Amino acid sequence: MADTITMQVTRYRPEEEAEPTVQEYEVPCPRDWVVLDGLNYVKDRLDGTLSYRWSCRMGICGSCGMTVNGEPKLTCATFLADYRPGPIRVEPLHNFPIIRDLVIEMGDFMRKLVRVKPWIVRDAEKPLAAGEYLQTPQELDEYQQYSMCINCMLCYAACPIYGLDPKFIGPAAIALAQRYNLDSRDEGGQERLALLSEHEGIWGCTFVGECTVVCPKHVDPAGAIQRYKLTAAMDSVRSFILPRSAP
Amino acid sequence: MNDESSHTYTPYHPRWFRPHVSTYWWLSRRAYLAFILRELSSIFVAWFVVYLLLLIRAASRGEGAYQQFLTWSAHPAMLLLNVITLGFLVYHAITWFNLAPQAMVVHVRGRRLPARAITAANYAAWIVGSLAIGWLVLGASG
Repeated sequence: MADTITMQVTRYRPEEEAEPTVQEYEVPCPRDWVVLDGLNYVKDRLDGTLSYRWSCRMGICGSCGMTVNGEPKLTCATFLADYRPGPIRVEPLHNFPIIRDLVIEMGDFMRKLVRVKPWIVRDAEKPLAAGEYLQTPQELDEYQQYSMCINCMLCYAACPIYGLDPKFIGPAAIALAQRYNLDSRDEGGQERLALLSEHEGIWGCTFVGECTVVCPKHVDPAGAIQRYKLTAAMDSVRSFILPRSAP
Repeated sequence: MNDESSHTYTPYHPRWFRPHVSTYWWLSRRAYLAFILRELSSIFVAWFVVYLLLLIRAASRGEGAYQQFLTWSAHPAMLLLNVITLGFLVYHAITWFNLAPQAMVVHVRGRRLPARAITAANYAAWIVGSLAIGWLVLGASG
């Protein structure tokens, strides 16, 4: 069994070159090394100029998302040995502008995330003296899955709709909107619906479903969006039948 | 939106590289191809509806029109089109049923039904519907 593997890493040095190129590195391939370990080996021992993002090494921070052999992956959770005998191709996440090497520009996602108000919206806050907002385990179950999102943007990289139309709000932002809509303490559903029932919101999604397939935290953004479509459709039917009823 | 790419590189005005999405992006992954075929299947679903309406119209116009419709349907080109249509309709139905549990959240006695149960219920409804129509068509003529 080979104890090294060839990594074909995308390089983009905007001060030197007009478009990305590929550089090969030979790295050790022990059974317990992930792709990120390989990149760290390159950075430490072979080529200190390689740029990429990482932080926690344990699938929590969502920083180290890259494209590994064409698939969006968290590189801290993708084992080198699974790609033996190699070579293994490491590219930046698709559908985002590239700043340098494996580093993508995520400002677009960050702006969209804020637009869906991913926090608990209340019409009126309870006074502190009234105590905490209580929630049953069943109420927690309603949204807990969607709260697992780590903003790693793998779903954006897998979504062809986002690639073709960058105005699309995208899977993670909509799943996070749904996470708060389904929270029994939240009262911001109508505000979010006004934004997300636009064409660039839920109706932009054609249910390719790859966001759910690549999600490392099993959030199921595609499911969240389809559920949201149902809510939006029911809402407009209701306002058509009962135009005077306040939401 | 942003036009950073038009800047020449300085440390404070980085020049981003914007990858271009190929026209053939749907060939890059199997799942994308399956998706595009599912989208394409809608055309065949629409054709099937038109065909059904033409059948009803022919049947309502009497024996002659109906026979004419049957002769037209037996033309090899029409047969080929309808065989392809059947294939796409089955594909459409199967992919639709497989996706249904993601969109449908059903609670029974406070518990969320598992995805399999929803898929199974959809298939069961399909089979029952097909049997009922089969019985109507074959049972009535036989």
